[in-house]
Amino acid sequence: MSQPAMINRYRWYELVGIYAGIFVFLSFILAPFVEGFLVSLKPLSLLFSSPYRFWPENGSFEAYRTMWVSVPGFARYIFNSFFVSFIVTAVVLALVVPAAYAFARFRFRGNGALLGAFLAVNMFSGAVLLIPLFRLMRSMGVLNTYFAMIVPGVAFLIPSAIWLLRTYMLRIPRELDEAAFVDGASHFYTLRRVILPIAMPGITVVAITTFIGSYAQQFIFALTFNSKTEYMPLPVGLFAYFGRQEVVWNELMAASFVGIAPAVIVIFFLQRYLVSGLTAGAVKQ
Amino acid sequence: MSVRRSTVIFAWILLLPAVLYVTVIVAYPLVDTFILSFTDASLKKTTKWVGTANYDNIFNATFAEVIIRTFVWTAFSVAIKMIIGTFGAVMLNAAVPGRALFRVLTMPPWIVPMAIGIFMWGWMYNGQFGMISGLLQNLGLVSGPVAFLAHGSTAFWATIITDVWIGVPLVTLYMLASMQAIPQDLYEAAWTDGAGRFYRFRRITLPLLVPSMITMSMLSLIATFNSFDIIWILTQGGPNGDTTTMIIDTYRTAIGSKKYGEGAARAVLICIFLSIFCITYFRVTHRLASGESR
Repeated sequence: MSQPAMINRYRWYELVGIYAGIFVFLSFILAPFVEGFLVSLKPLSLLFSSPYRFWPENGSFEAYRTMWVSVPGFARYIFNSFFVSFIVTAVVLALVVPAAYAFARFRFRGNGALLGAFLAVNMFSGAVLLIPLFRLMRSMGVLNTYFAMIVPGVAFLIPSAIWLLRTYMLRIPRELDEAAFVDGASHFYTLRRVILPIAMPGITVVAITTFIGSYAQQFIFALTFNSKTEYMPLPVGLFAYFGRQEVVWNELMAASFVGIAPAVIVIFFLQRYLVSGLTAGAVKQ
Repeated sequence: MSVRRSTVIFAWILLLPAVLYVTVIVAYPLVDTFILSFTDASLKKTTKWVGTANYDNIFNATFAEVIIRTFVWTAFSVAIKMIIGTFGAVMLNAAVPGRALFRVLTMPPWIVPMAIGIFMWGWMYNGQFGMISGLLQNLGLVSGPVAFLAHGSTAFWATIITDVWIGVPLVTLYMLASMQAIPQDLYEAAWTDGAGRFYRFRRITLPLLVPSMITMSMLSLIATFNSFDIIWILTQGGPNGDTTTMIIDTYRTAIGSKKYGEGAARAVLICIFLSIFCITYFRVTHRLASGESR
């Protein structure tokens, strides 16, 4: 009974090797963040001096104050990013929860083909469809509005959300909704009262990944469909720190950390959920 | 019978919103791209049918280079992602104290808005004051500053490394999940037979990971082929077009120069490649799935 524990007992040199490996791996992952943070602490004069100095001597949080002043619209960019991602996530969930349920529970003609088609959509990036999307947005008259980022954003996040949620719902025992149905509940009632509550952890994971995905994809759509600063999301808005002469790197980095802090904090608390949900979805696929 | 029909109708009601949405925003533009590629559409008011002229124009020496570069760029990026990602997964799978924290620390490149991570790399590559150039100088490995993004070959690798960095967390998580799906009793049986840790890894873990590795490589291949933000923010395809991939070239032509027709022809070509990847992906995963159930 103590077998698994025995298997997993490491010798000292194995431990050293594992920790060394983890250190090397995480160094690669975290180096840009460490360097970015140090840059945000350095005064510009120290940044632009040779030879290169890693440690911020007489560093301060000054850039975290000046960044708000030098780019007055910054708070707005953060708001825009969160607002767009929030709406995108809400719309994706509204479309995907019923669809995933249909895929998970009902057999109908074209089931597999449709599921495959959704997966195929996942493989076309927004960049490929940019021209017709631009024309479409223009004819709908929504260029330079939030819509121009939300509408295509939703479309490209639907497929992976459907796949992830369907996989999750497949694991909910069929007996549960069949029992409700036999008791005379309508399909809709069963979905709302039986499936939704049980599927909540899965829906949460889909909501988080969609939110992250929306945040990440805001660049190209915003760049192409929006030229108004008031609607710019954070990723494009950060270009405001690219001055005419040179980039104000310490403020750019400070702004980056301010911009990502809320998302990172939220995800830090939800990460347990996230890893287990993602892995469940990924392996079963 | 009537129950079944109502069930099917209900299923379609549930599916319809999502299907309609994707049809309008993805399928229609796809068709529109195809049609546009046979026209001289641009900012002009009138658009004329030009047959295959746009396609004839594409196939020249420069574009052949772009295609080859795209494939080389993608191949290296995916290969390095898989190696580093799998290495990370193997390390993070070990039952050592601190494992949960290490796993969380793997995620930032994936969670953070892509553009922000790319800006950070942009600074690290900075020729005069960047970290990498600075460290190399401090170590005495190079005599002067190295402007990584200003020279073709280094810019090419710099964009690859940034792409790898962004893609690694997902590979790691996926491979980690696949490793945990391996039945524990296989290891226990091998252990009882006296097999050492490395032997168990080589004979159990690695072979059973191969299907996941293939699936992940295919998915990664498609994402990498589509990669736009990294190259655009770091180099905009330069210097001298040395980091111009098909996606960048399409964007430049269509959105930069407003040559919608020519851009559309390039986009169609990308779609053809993507479809080939897509079909291969379905075939491979299907074969893997049926192989497993046997």
